Amino acid sequence: MSTVALTINGQEVTVPKGTRLLDAATGAGFFIPTFCHDENSPNYGGCRICVVEVKGARNLVASCCAEAMNGMVVETESPAVVEARKTILELMLANHPVDCLTCDKAGDCRLQDYAFRYDVKAPALGGERKDYEFDDSNPYINRDMNKCILCAKCVRTCQEAEDRGVISLAYRGFRTKVAPALDASLAESACVSCSRCVSVCPVGALTYKSLSGKTRTWEVEKEEVTCTWCEAGCQFDLLRKNGKAVGVVAKSPGNGRPLCLKGRLGLELKYNDEPMTPMLKKGDEYVEVSWAEALGLDELVEKLK
Amino acid sequence: MGNLKEIRSSIEEQYKKRMDRPRIVVGLGTCGIAAGGNKVMDAINAEVEKLGLDVDVDFTSCIGMCYAEPVVEMGLPGQASVIYGGVYPDNVSKLIESHLVNKTPVTDMAEIQVTGGAAAYEGIPVMEKSPYYEKQVRSVTSRLGRTNPESIEDYIATGGYAGLEKALSMERQEIVDEVKKSGLRGRGGGGFPTGTKWQFVYDAVGDKKYIVCNADEGDPGAFMDRSVLEGDPHAVMEGMMIAGYAIGADEGVIYCRAEYPLAIRRLNLAIEVAEEMGILGENIMGSGFNFRIRIKAGAGAFVCGEETALLNSIEGKRGMPRVRPPFPAHKGLWQKPTCLNNVETFANIPFIVRNGGDWYASMGTEKSKGSKVFCLTGKINNTGLAEVPMGITLREVVFNIAGGISDGKQFKAVQSGGPSGGCLPAEQLDLPIDYDSLISGGAMMGSGGLVVMDETTCMVDVAKFFLNFTQLESCGKCTPCREGTKRLLEILERICEGKGVPEDIDTLERLAKTIKTSALCALGQTAPNPVLTTLRYFRDEYEAHINDKRCPAGLCSALLTYSIVEDKCVGCGVCIKACPVGAIAGEKKSAHTIDASKCVKCGACVPKCKFDAIVQA
Repeated sequence: MSTVALTINGQEVTVPKGTRLLDAATGAGFFIPTFCHDENSPNYGGCRICVVEVKGARNLVASCCAEAMNGMVVETESPAVVEARKTILELMLANHPVDCLTCDKAGDCRLQDYAFRYDVKAPALGGERKDYEFDDSNPYINRDMNKCILCAKCVRTCQEAEDRGVISLAYRGFRTKVAPALDASLAESACVSCSRCVSVCPVGALTYKSLSGKTRTWEVEKEEVTCTWCEAGCQFDLLRKNGKAVGVVAKSPGNGRPLCLKGRLGLELKYNDEPMTPMLKKGDEYVEVSWAEALGLDELVEKLK
Repeated sequence: MGNLKEIRSSIEEQYKKRMDRPRIVVGLGTCGIAAGGNKVMDAINAEVEKLGLDVDVDFTSCIGMCYAEPVVEMGLPGQASVIYGGVYPDNVSKLIESHLVNKTPVTDMAEIQVTGGAAAYEGIPVMEKSPYYEKQVRSVTSRLGRTNPESIEDYIATGGYAGLEKALSMERQEIVDEVKKSGLRGRGGGGFPTGTKWQFVYDAVGDKKYIVCNADEGDPGAFMDRSVLEGDPHAVMEGMMIAGYAIGADEGVIYCRAEYPLAIRRLNLAIEVAEEMGILGENIMGSGFNFRIRIKAGAGAFVCGEETALLNSIEGKRGMPRVRPPFPAHKGLWQKPTCLNNVETFANIPFIVRNGGDWYASMGTEKSKGSKVFCLTGKINNTGLAEVPMGITLREVVFNIAGGISDGKQFKAVQSGGPSGGCLPAEQLDLPIDYDSLISGGAMMGSGGLVVMDETTCMVDVAKFFLNFTQLESCGKCTPCREGTKRLLEILERICEGKGVPEDIDTLERLAKTIKTSALCALGQTAPNPVLTTLRYFRDEYEAHINDKRCPAGLCSALLTYSIVEDKCVGCGVCIKACPVGAIAGEKKSAHTIDASKCVKCGACVPKCKFDAIVQA
């Protein structure tokens, strides 16, 4: 395999040809923040927080997209880079509720982490903020589009799974938002509640309804569990608070691991001491169902009787 | 058709015969139609029938003198053709009677005459010597206003498809070399060398390649591409076909904005007729070269003029830019190598192939060759389309071609390059128009819109206008553009409302810098330019708004105050009646006063006062 040699922050780095700058830099131990970068759908380049300075380039370069080239001289924390990142964070916070005190995502939020790292305080830029209605229409997923930073990871992961593609970017300019078809609520959409979107959201825009207000992220211990419903073997995290299982959440979907509601519900029932109430969509509405029905075991249970 | 050469001579002969008959030609570009050209056409047909005249009545596209529309040309055998401006149904009969029946041109309505070797009439400027055209060249616009754009015969008779014929006899690399030699740079705004781009696509490995024509012209005040598409659709197609042959593509797509229905109609017609004649389709002119062209109508997003967003849109995706590299030359439409140029670039190609790259490179400056079409709009006397050699100065364009500032006002700035460009002040008027000079001045060539502003224009307001545009048209994908342009706009709005604070200028500059250096695509990277150039050249206006709460141009209504000059006021009471909010009071025959707390600064009183007693400051 051919390699390329470049200089990152004064350090000589050699990586396989085709390596992204982001991976070359993080591999060498340097930190680069990312919001929109997703290994499963790379080269999006939307949030711009990962920009770095490449000597000779006219503008800053998105390291999640740019390929490492021989002889490149890269700075990942130069004054220009830091200024750009701070401004981008400032712009994000200016259009965000900044309600970290009560946010379920606090402690596990990239926006919060990067604001801390780059010392960006509460919004210095005033002006209009988005003001969307909180969408808790789906029994499993809470959507707060006021917290969305439009990294579009959820859109991309939803489109990757066959027969999904439920959400997309809608509108233009400042009004751009992630929305299901016709900008309907999630419950009205064709969403199958697989939670792929929740698993990739870097901020508090998409959260689990069952965990809302129950735990702080730093209070829980995570244990990786693998779903055995089908051959995909999707991975989930079992969350424990004070030793007691409180919920099961999806880990990022991998190649051929689609994630599904049935898988998550099955693990809930298996591990959670107080499992949530299963709900399924019948017609246009979500209704409470028995565990046997939720897991598609009606027939089997009948025969076992 | 096996050989175009065989029928070309007969088409040329017929064309010559037609040119040597009495004829009336109505300008029916979108501008002509908007000015009432179709009604003029009806009136002419009725008049010709009434008088039983043996006259051909035809139509053409916009010749460029939009300020004179509706435009009608009249010609007699062996005589110069006269182009009349301001022709309406009520003066049609006078024109026909005088020019065609009595053979006396109506000089006071004549704009120019085209001699074509014949003797010129007295008292009418000859086109090449007329103020509007003297400094222009007519290359890529040579057929505009001169031929029927819906007639392939007119196109062929004026040298059309000769470039394709020649290209088909050349080696493919030879064509690319000729385009390189011409020095042609992308006319859509970026200015990337066309020949180099073609070489990339030529060299790119792929079983399938595409030609894509960017006809998504969206800059406010720009209509060059529309004029070329409406006036010479075959030239754009011929350019695409030559490109297709040269780089090895058999399919072309024209991405044209749906707001150009006439352009789309004429293109569709041109495609249909060219296919019928075997100029387009399978085995073109027996050469073995196949090429198809289809049109994709855009849905109205400005950002789709950005090449990668345009490709996404053709593929049926949301019009959002892709990260470059990979460039379209390597991974373009459907991830295949794609040669993507704009309308004017393609329209130049047939001329370059026919006349040679050296001919084209003889026009223009060292780094910007050839000619460029500009749209002249704003506070000028002659609004219209002008093709000029690269290197001409802004002053020549504004004061010679455009005829200077209208209503005797003072020149303030010229905006070049649309929302991505900048405003250049009077001291930059001698800047030569070429890619690099305009960028050094803080503006850019853009697609060719030139908006001229006079002393009554507020430059903060101009920046606000453009930021409002880019904010609405931002695709929303990247943070700096989506969020940053919004904050720039809000600050500008505040300043115009008199709520600006001194730190605002620093914040504008800081935000502008981040947007410029870190936005994803060219739309975002250039979006702050209107703010940066107005700050560079008109900083005093920003300071006046912020520090003195004053709009020097007298435009920002929140900053205006109205008062009545006691000595001038006769107490007639007209202003009292004109005021919609009852802010003016006073006894009859004694000086009136304006209550500033009630005044909504609508300005309605000012024109009503016959004694100029109300002043705005």
